[in-house]
Amino acid sequence: MTAVLVALGAVVGAPLRYVIARALDGRFPTGMLLVNVVGSGLFGAFAAMALGDAGWALLGTGFCGAFTSFSSFAVQAVERPARTATAYVVATAVLSVGACAVGWGLVSAVG
Amino acid sequence: MTARPLRATDLLVVAAGGALGALLRLAVDTAAPDSLFPWPTLGINVVGAFALGLLPALTVVRRSPQVALALGPGVLGGFTTVSAWAGQVRALADDGHTGLAGLCLVATLAAGLVAAALGQHLARGAAPPESQT
Repeated sequence: MTAVLVALGAVVGAPLRYVIARALDGRFPTGMLLVNVVGSGLFGAFAAMALGDAGWALLGTGFCGAFTSFSSFAVQAVERPARTATAYVVATAVLSVGACAVGWGLVSAVG
Repeated sequence: MTARPLRATDLLVVAAGGALGALLRLAVDTAAPDSLFPWPTLGINVVGAFALGLLPALTVVRRSPQVALALGPGVLGGFTTVSAWAGQVRALADDGHTGLAGLCLVATLAAGLVAAALGQHLARGAAPPESQT
């Protein structure tokens, strides 16, 4: 059952990432950055919700896990000129962890 | 790839690949022994970044845009994850393991970027010259 829910979440998350990245990525990978930051924020929020195993498999492991992508981020970074790559790497790391903490904090404060 | 118009089949191919990648990630997470430091996600992201860099070395990937989509944004996109990485850094820091949180953040970045660059380097060496243009 867990596997089915993870796959279901990923079936939505992966193409959604592809569409956003395709539309917004240019000289700077704005689309992938947005996807990774938003996905990390949602991951933090879902983690704070105590969703239960099924909900977490669908939304956390499945949707957020497949929506965000480290491999695309890493390859895009090494393909960019040094200054763009540095900005992209720092922005992805700081904003993703920051968004995750904000998502966690907001839900924890409400709940 | 952006010159190609978006097709419905592209989305299906990415969705199917993404589901397979996410299931592989679940299998690694399930098989790995419990540990304070999130080794499974680190390993997944480093291996996935290397594989995505190396992908153009496969003739079938260079010839078929849909195979490239299925394996790249699909399987490897769904396998690797930024959200779990960010979540683990946050959780380690919140639990007072500040050093481990910093290590997880930096080690993933360093190893992942080196792995992607190495994969690309090997792919350039493997690909016939005419496909590099």
